[in-house]
Amino acid sequence: MDLALAPETLARWQFGITTVYHFLFVPLTISLAALTAILETAWVRTGKEQYLRATKFWGKLFLINIAMGVVTGIVQEFQFGMNWSDYSRFVGDVFGAPLAFEALIAFFFESTFIGLWIFGWDKLPKKLHCATIWMVSIGTVLSAYFIIAANAFMQHPVGYRLVERDGVQRAELTDFAKVLFQETALVNFFHVIAATILVGGAFMTGIAIFHLRRKRHVRTMRMSLRLGLVTAFVGTLLTVISADTLGKVMYEQQPMKMSAAEALWESEKPAPFSLFAYGDVAEGHNKVAIEIPGVLSFLAKNNFNAEIPGINDLNKEAQEKFGPGDYRPNIPTAYWSYRWMIGFGGVSMALCTAGLWLTRRKVWLAPEHRTGPDEVPKLMLTKNKELAPKLGTWWWRLSQWTLIFPLIGTAWGWIFTETGRQPWVVYGVLRTEDAVSPGVSQGEVITSLVVFTLVYAILAVIEVRLLLKYVRQGPPKLSEADLNPPTRIGGPPGGASTGTDAEADADRPMAFSY
Amino acid sequence: MELHDVWFVLIAVLWIGYFFLEGFDFGVGVLTKLLARDRAEKRVLINTIGPVWDGNEVWLLSAGGATFAAFPEWYATLFSGFYLPLLLILLCLILRGVAFEYRAKRPDERWQTNWEHTIFWTSLLPAFLWGVAFGNIVRGVEIDARKEYVGSVFDLLNPYALLGGLVTLTLFTFHGTVFTALKTVGDIRLRARKLALALGLLTAVLALGFLGWTQADNGDGASMVALVVAVVALLAALGANQLGREGWSFALSGLTIVAAVAMLFLTLFPNVMPSSLDDDWSLTVTNASSSPYTLKIMTWCAGIATPVVLLYQSWTYWVFRKRIGTQHIAPDLPHGTSDVPSDSAADVPSDSAPDVPSDSARDVSAGRAH
Repeated sequence: MDLALAPETLARWQFGITTVYHFLFVPLTISLAALTAILETAWVRTGKEQYLRATKFWGKLFLINIAMGVVTGIVQEFQFGMNWSDYSRFVGDVFGAPLAFEALIAFFFESTFIGLWIFGWDKLPKKLHCATIWMVSIGTVLSAYFIIAANAFMQHPVGYRLVERDGVQRAELTDFAKVLFQETALVNFFHVIAATILVGGAFMTGIAIFHLRRKRHVRTMRMSLRLGLVTAFVGTLLTVISADTLGKVMYEQQPMKMSAAEALWESEKPAPFSLFAYGDVAEGHNKVAIEIPGVLSFLAKNNFNAEIPGINDLNKEAQEKFGPGDYRPNIPTAYWSYRWMIGFGGVSMALCTAGLWLTRRKVWLAPEHRTGPDEVPKLMLTKNKELAPKLGTWWWRLSQWTLIFPLIGTAWGWIFTETGRQPWVVYGVLRTEDAVSPGVSQGEVITSLVVFTLVYAILAVIEVRLLLKYVRQGPPKLSEADLNPPTRIGGPPGGASTGTDAEADADRPMAFSY
Repeated sequence: MELHDVWFVLIAVLWIGYFFLEGFDFGVGVLTKLLARDRAEKRVLINTIGPVWDGNEVWLLSAGGATFAAFPEWYATLFSGFYLPLLLILLCLILRGVAFEYRAKRPDERWQTNWEHTIFWTSLLPAFLWGVAFGNIVRGVEIDARKEYVGSVFDLLNPYALLGGLVTLTLFTFHGTVFTALKTVGDIRLRARKLALALGLLTAVLALGFLGWTQADNGDGASMVALVVAVVALLAALGANQLGREGWSFALSGLTIVAAVAMLFLTLFPNVMPSSLDDDWSLTVTNASSSPYTLKIMTWCAGIATPVVLLYQSWTYWVFRKRIGTQHIAPDLPHGTSDVPSDSAADVPSDSAPDVPSDSARDVSAGRAH
């Protein structure tokens, strides 16, 4: 069958589209849940209104996002069965367990406590209410862990054996702890969570700047700006460390993926890091290449002189091991997705790190340049020297507009790691072409591919417009009820308004209604 | 009882949990057109399930995930075989979730009306389609020696399965109606009780037909008991409804769902998906299951997690136990008054600074317009 319409190709496009789309909401949701929880904790502990306003503002953006994350996640749970039934039969014994764990442990957490958080403002005492968002946050992180552990099995299968049953081979679990806690899962999780922190930090920073540049909601947004920048900086550090660790692990486990990322055709000692390459895949070499010598060797093996295997040699090696065939992933995709991942992430890392320094409140800052909580911070280069106004304007502008750069970077990261594993769906064990549903017709896959793409596109427009509306609106004005949360579960608000008689209380409108 | 039998029971429990819980919230979604007279009442209905529908839906994800882990072959055959109906269900669940969350986020009429239509259709269709799917699972479909479904989508639309769809649709709507009577105050509560009577009678007729048909085809003693419990519970739910005992009525309509789904699983066992082509090709608890080791791990996980889930989900229902009526609905602005875009006064000095750039002034006034 024509390759473009082969069941494998269609199923892969569908999986790619639905998964990348789903993952646009995941890091934002995870990071915003945690940031909202931190802000609400600050409100509970200090009682300062700005924290409550920030909680409500960022919480709203979080809710708009998690709604999409939740519903697009449902598809993920079922499409293995729909489009990849042979995959499901083959790995279900191993792969199903983390998925079931995710549903039973993480999803129930998220989905139940999110309801309590949304509707609980006038039903729960504030500490308990705050606890519910922490439960949601824990749920989102656990959920990510189980999925990454499942994915790590596809990248680096461990803790299983191949068993033949009814004439069909399948993988059976032998060591669940190994599947859950293998190095690939741990470093991948570390990297994903680090990037997620960066995503949330950059997002918060960009939106805070949007308001600060208009001098609106300054107190709340200044605080949010600093929180965003600190978060982004922590994310930056962790992302860099985890990327380095992950790169080394990947060079051990999937050298082909990493050499494809560098378009390193022949084995080299020492191997260079590629800045730009344009090559001929069929011929197996680069026509143009700009490189920094030795750096790849260092990144992969901590040694500037280490030998790094090239794509052509690895392909030959794989042919000897697995029989004739092409064992190379799509090289341009691997090469460029890897660079987009680093590039998009890197821009934000640089801007946010600079911003963390420039907008500091006290450190190495002359008293006359210190700004109060109700002022937009000055961008201070040194103790007494302000950043040149033109550069300053550019920092504000760029940091605002790059708010979703790390998010785009994470999407490229997934595209890289998933396409870089091809032609394997379970590395070295099961080929992608052997994983599709044999009983599903081309028409059915095309139907679902088209329908999902259309519906997702429409929802994206709706979601972004809604986000923009709430971003522009800024933090809400607080009502009496907001400032006087109930003191007992389900009871009337405490504080000043307890004087109302029971009947009036019974008819009090809810703090939040759908 | 071996582990794969335990898991057959556990998966039945997860589906029962799903239909019991999401059953009434599907029902409430259908009632937004059937029972509500105006937008205020629609909102009352939606808000009775507002804090809980998402948690209810996770029972489905758990059933799906558990099937994948405990019976990979069942998972693979079922979801690749029932491809298009499942696609439709997934689309409904996607749009339904978004509809609940986004409907109140803009005040304009068209936006809200569109999402209200969405809530109705995306509640009605899955309520119907799940019945069709289970009808087909119980009856058996064309599964070949490779465990692949080889029939077409039209084979799934047979009279028995369609009747099953009508039963779940009416039963869930009835369940939603008694839930509404239990959770609301005012006029809508009384109308819900009235509607429950009519719906309950219709459901009883359809359910008796479908369950009787099932019993005649595949039934045994145990399934007969479940059938009788289902029908008696349904009639008792109707009686309780007439006596104004709303709590009992809801518990009994829930019991109807429990018994009816249990009956389907009883007639299914030891198959999980019988083949209508050849008995040897049927998927059973033994040839579709995971290894004992995986099942053991899963048993530990489910054994610990499920009671905890039940505990905190019950607590949620307790927190939101209060009845609601039109007077409790926050004004028709997202998040009530607290959501009116804050004006400059609220955000201390610099917000009210005179040098507000013109574009921000425009933003603020646009925000205030509603």
